Amino acid sequence: MSNLVEIENLRVSFRQDDGSYNEAVRGVSWSLGREKLGIVGESGSGKSLTGRALLGVLPPYAKMSVDRLSFDGIDLTKASGGLRRSLRGGRMGMILQDPKFSLNPVMTVGKQIVEAIRIGDRRIGGTEARKRALATLEQVHIRDPERVLNLYAHELSGGMGQRVMIAMMVVREPDLLVADEPTSALDVTVRTQVLSILDELVTRRGMGLILISHDLNLVSRFCDRVLVMYAGRVVESLEASRLSEAKHPYTRGLLSCLPTIDGPLDPLPTLSRDASWMAAAP
Amino acid sequence: MAATTNRTLRVTYGIGSWLVTVAITLIGLAALTFFIGRVVPIDPVLRIVGEKATQDVYHRVYLELGLDQPLYVQFWRYISGVLRGDFGISFQTTRPVLKDLFDYFPATLELSTLGLIVGVVAGVPMGVAGAYWHEKWPDHLTRVVGLVGYSVPIFWLSLVGLYVFYYRLGWVAGPGQIDVFYNGIVTHVTGSILIDALTQGQFDVFWNAIGHITLPAILLGYYSLAYISRMTRSVMLDQLSREYILTARLKGASELRVVMDHALRNAAIPLVTIIALSYGGLLEGSVLVETIFSWPGIGNYIYQSLFAADMNAVLGGTLLVGAVYVLINSVSDVLYRTLDPRAREGSR
Amino acid sequence: MSIADPVDDPRRALRAARLAEIKLFTQRFLRNPLGVLGLIIVALLIFVAIFAPLLATHDPYLPQLTKRLSAPSTEFWFGADELGRDIYSRLLYGSRLTLLIVGLVVVTSAPVGLIIGAVSGTVGGWLDAIFMRITDVFLAIPKLLLALAFVAALGPGIVNAALAITLTAWPPYARLARAEALVVRNSDYVNAVRLAGASEWRIIIFHIIPMCLNSVIVRVTFDMAGIILIAAGLGFIGLGAQPPLPEWGAMISTGRKYIFDQWWVATVPGFAIFIVSLGFNLLGDAVRDLLDPHLRQRR
Repeated sequence: MSNLVEIENLRVSFRQDDGSYNEAVRGVSWSLGREKLGIVGESGSGKSLTGRALLGVLPPYAKMSVDRLSFDGIDLTKASGGLRRSLRGGRMGMILQDPKFSLNPVMTVGKQIVEAIRIGDRRIGGTEARKRALATLEQVHIRDPERVLNLYAHELSGGMGQRVMIAMMVVREPDLLVADEPTSALDVTVRTQVLSILDELVTRRGMGLILISHDLNLVSRFCDRVLVMYAGRVVESLEASRLSEAKHPYTRGLLSCLPTIDGPLDPLPTLSRDASWMAAAP
Repeated sequence: MAATTNRTLRVTYGIGSWLVTVAITLIGLAALTFFIGRVVPIDPVLRIVGEKATQDVYHRVYLELGLDQPLYVQFWRYISGVLRGDFGISFQTTRPVLKDLFDYFPATLELSTLGLIVGVVAGVPMGVAGAYWHEKWPDHLTRVVGLVGYSVPIFWLSLVGLYVFYYRLGWVAGPGQIDVFYNGIVTHVTGSILIDALTQGQFDVFWNAIGHITLPAILLGYYSLAYISRMTRSVMLDQLSREYILTARLKGASELRVVMDHALRNAAIPLVTIIALSYGGLLEGSVLVETIFSWPGIGNYIYQSLFAADMNAVLGGTLLVGAVYVLINSVSDVLYRTLDPRAREGSR
Repeated sequence: MSIADPVDDPRRALRAARLAEIKLFTQRFLRNPLGVLGLIIVALLIFVAIFAPLLATHDPYLPQLTKRLSAPSTEFWFGADELGRDIYSRLLYGSRLTLLIVGLVVVTSAPVGLIIGAVSGTVGGWLDAIFMRITDVFLAIPKLLLALAFVAALGPGIVNAALAITLTAWPPYARLARAEALVVRNSDYVNAVRLAGASEWRIIIFHIIPMCLNSVIVRVTFDMAGIILIAAGLGFIGLGAQPPLPEWGAMISTGRKYIFDQWWVATVPGFAIFIVSLGFNLLGDAVRDLLDPHLRQRR
């Protein structure tokens, strides 16, 4: 089975004020099939950067080096800018965290989705594109798609905005979806809704999903496999169902910090970091 | 039903409060000019009657001018005069100041508008390029050009420009709106020589006028370009760093589409305000530029009036320019609210 | 990680922290070549103003009619004006006038604007409304015109010109200070001081105004170039320093008549204005890049 994504030895670094480089991603390697992969880590662990490196949208002042970066057999390091761009919207999609910021404030929802459709195929006319946009909005369970099409980003609730974002990214039927903290900006009650919509879409269309989050609980319940990242490295990689068998002390530390409803009433342990984790080999 | 009435009420309230704000500012403006007028250390009565007048004459004029009334009454007389269009009589031309102003204003309008067009057409692309190629050579070029533009005294640049391009190179015509022997051929309809000459088919007058307006328009254009390109760059830099730009790229949009359809479209909203502000700056700059180019506009009028110590004219001109500026800013405010969907609904 | 041990002498620690901040500021400033250039120009201006008598080659006021309108030469480095006075020397002495005007304007307009804005923003209510209306009105007229009208009324002269420019310069500071005050006045630490019983005045002076300082300082460095240009404009019109004072704008005005044949009389003073204004702008840019709290970090 050819993997959807293969990454080997990814390194991303940023230039500091004094000229030196700070490595934010330090030799990350993993692969993905048509499954749901979760990448868990705290802020600064490099999890978001990994996703962005894959899609080719790293900030311009970041430097990237990688031994192998391929999508569905296509070598991304050798791909032209145009090829990468067409892959990006057409076969790989990415959902960002907060629809308040990730949607264009002066364009209606409809215009933005139609734009996505027509970037994919210039020949699709306005009416046809609008029909498809409506259909996709229905697929993300938006109940009054005609009305929503004419709304602006600031007129949408958090959950609705995120669903619009998802619709915009899946309308061209990509093979891979990267979700970067898709529920972190949402109310807890809305989170499950959005996640179940993601689940439905991914399963129905047979897409690969990369869910990036800081929430270990969420990732363990939702994904098939979990990668734990710390300080730019992958410190643990295992199936979600076997999370309790985690070996790395960081993962074990995270697990023991999670409150459970029927757990003991003692104060939760706090994570004490070991410097050796920074230098550990993957 | 209730929703529509609600909306109408809100819009009416919005327009109403806007009108009130504009009115208050204009009244404040008039108060300011009134106050400035009263600060004049020269006795206004003496100015009219002369030094050798008798006590009687002096007293009569004193009463006529209403100088015996308390200050607020004088202010009321001033304001009601202004509202009726009575800005006083110019000492130089012995005509009502308002009439003078209307004669001279179109020339300034013509020049400023042309200058603004130059500034926008050149300045906005420069600003966009500077923001997009941040820290690369287009950015540095834009910043240098802008920096020079608002460090240089515009009247000096005008002089140097005249010297180089008119005297030395002969590329443009000299001071004045048109050559003297073209005077009177074109009848004043709109007040703009260019438009009048074109519509009346007087093409050699038209070309002559173009020759005269080119240098001052380019200079004023450079002046506004400096400001516009800098602000455009700053606004675009801000927009290009936002998340929705990343979303657009993630959709596979080309860089051109990202810059034009997404970033610039958002940037256009504050840009409208910026362009309106720069127009006000042009009106200000025209005072100096017009004197150098002997351009028959308001700036020149105020300048000449200053030397004749014609306070009515000076204040009237200041009031008019100030009022125009207030109007431009108010209009841009309204435009801003219509263009930005977030501001449209008012309280949301 | 354990909580840091309580500091022994808080005041000493504060002073050390402030010194470190200044050091960091200076380091980052020095890394900006354009800013350093601006600083050099401004320093040069101050140096020239102080040492003008030593640097000048001629008496700036003494006319030598036989030598009028001489071209630049070894005797007159920048040529001579219409009364035979050395332009170079007049330029040097004119720098004092420039500095005087800029200094007067900044020293009066910034504090006035700052206080009005801070009080207005903190107190709010009808006081705020009135102050802001007044500010709006002043902002409604382009600066040069307003200064022009004031000087026309007050009579020409360097002090009147400075006063007139001050009257046009304070509104932006008031606006800025008010904006900052609005943000800060209800923040938790200010409320804490209120609860401790501090009077509103104390709050304004010790807590609100320091927060506004950064924005105002940035704006001041920017405005200095503008002040120079307006002062020069007034001088050009004849409303600034009166002859025989060697004010740069006035020098351009008199040189205007001779622009076609003796271009140096009008060109050289203008160039000086340009350089000085450029210097202040560069300095202002660099200071803004470092101090402006609203600037997003882009690295």
